[in-house]
Amino acid sequence: MSETVQSSDFDKTFTKEIFEEPGAEKIALCFNCTGCTSGCPMAEHEGNYNIRKILRMANLGMKKQLLNDPYIWYCTTCYKCQERCPQGVQNVDALLKIRTIAVHSGIMLGPHRKVGQVVVKFGHAVPINDDTKVKRKKLGLDEVPPTVHKFENGLKDVRKLLKLTGFDKLVAEEEKK
Amino acid sequence: MTKLSFFLGCIAPNRYPGIEAATKKTLDKLGVKLEDIEGASCCPAPGVFRSFDKDTWLALASRNIVLSEKMGNDILTVCNGCFGSLVDANHILKHDPVLKEKVNNILKEIELEFQGKIDVRHIIEYLYKDIGIEKIKSAIKKPLDLKVAVHYGCHLIKPTKERHLGSAENPRFFDELVEATGAKSIDYEDKNACCGAGGGARTAVLDTALKLVNNKLKHMKDAGVDCVVDACPFCHLQLDVGQTEIKTKFGDEYGIHILHYSQLLGLAMGFSPEELGIDQNFVKNSEFMRKIGGVHNE
Repeated sequence: MSETVQSSDFDKTFTKEIFEEPGAEKIALCFNCTGCTSGCPMAEHEGNYNIRKILRMANLGMKKQLLNDPYIWYCTTCYKCQERCPQGVQNVDALLKIRTIAVHSGIMLGPHRKVGQVVVKFGHAVPINDDTKVKRKKLGLDEVPPTVHKFENGLKDVRKLLKLTGFDKLVAEEEKK
Repeated sequence: MTKLSFFLGCIAPNRYPGIEAATKKTLDKLGVKLEDIEGASCCPAPGVFRSFDKDTWLALASRNIVLSEKMGNDILTVCNGCFGSLVDANHILKHDPVLKEKVNNILKEIELEFQGKIDVRHIIEYLYKDIGIEKIKSAIKKPLDLKVAVHYGCHLIKPTKERHLGSAENPRFFDELVEATGAKSIDYEDKNACCGAGGGARTAVLDTALKLVNNKLKHMKDAGVDCVVDACPFCHLQLDVGQTEIKTKFGDEYGIHILHYSQLLGLAMGFSPEELGIDQNFVKNSEFMRKIGGVHNE
């Protein structure tokens, strides 16, 4: 048995913040048909992942529980649930908003932080490596693609944008305590 | 000759350059000139960036779009993830004046401005809508005798609101493109299921993400296909590298060769497997390589 939910746990400003995302406010119209969860490819393999539950918790304003719920990171953003929802709830967009609030509260998974840092450094989430350089050469392509990898000014601009939006700080390593 | 800006993304140029080479070769045969977007970056990857910070996601995506606006070309992507980021960001910025102004205030610092003048295209829907099945058929020199498992992936067709490609429940256009090469698209269980890589899942919860692709590979193998044809380098990586990870972690072995559509089309146009980088996959199937006339070194 899970613990009883107390209304004192609800934070309606959290719900309001999520509802800023267009289509997320339709969570309030959910009548629990379970079309979203029954077709979810992730739920088929990970029974603890339940998009309907996540969005119901969002509607109630269960901020602390949701932001610390490891399963908000399991969605593959396949959009199947969003396409099928008879009430037009933008499930995935709402979930991404919940993740955004988590990240801005300092909650993010290590591997995601790393990807962010790699983009800050290289401008690519998956940068070139020696093995691929050999493959490119065999195909008659330049060893380095004509992206930020080849054009330094492009990389400078990307880094400038990431600084302006504060993304570089957002994904910077936490200070060691 | 039609001109398009070729948006490379990350995984195609930096892990599967065969997809880049095959796209250039095949579109050239179809009368499309691809131009490099010099200094383009990560789209940025929707899993991390759209999750973390929408403004950053929009700023980086819009920079890539604006670089192509300046070239006066629509963008061509060969990746569902890049398509997802760029088509959605382009749509949002074209329709939301407040966000557009916000993004332009950031872009101003690198002397760029989003104007909303171009469209973002994915190679599959571009070939289907703008080139057409008949023209593709007329460019085929070596019709392929192959049984193919078609993998649409998710972001080529979903969310449908910005794609205009019809229903996401039972799409057919990609199958038609595959069959234009002479190959046969074989139906398999849960054909439209996600590969499991997206949304940051492969990055953060790999073992669970692999369960999704393991299921998918099993259904493909049960259907008796010769190979898989996809439309996305990230699905491609999950299906190809994923097989080696599944073998280590779960002990299941499939040995299925994974091709991007550009590579399948290239074969049918008469290019060799080596010219298309089909021999550069992590999982190679020697029987398949023999079937398509390639040299296979174990």
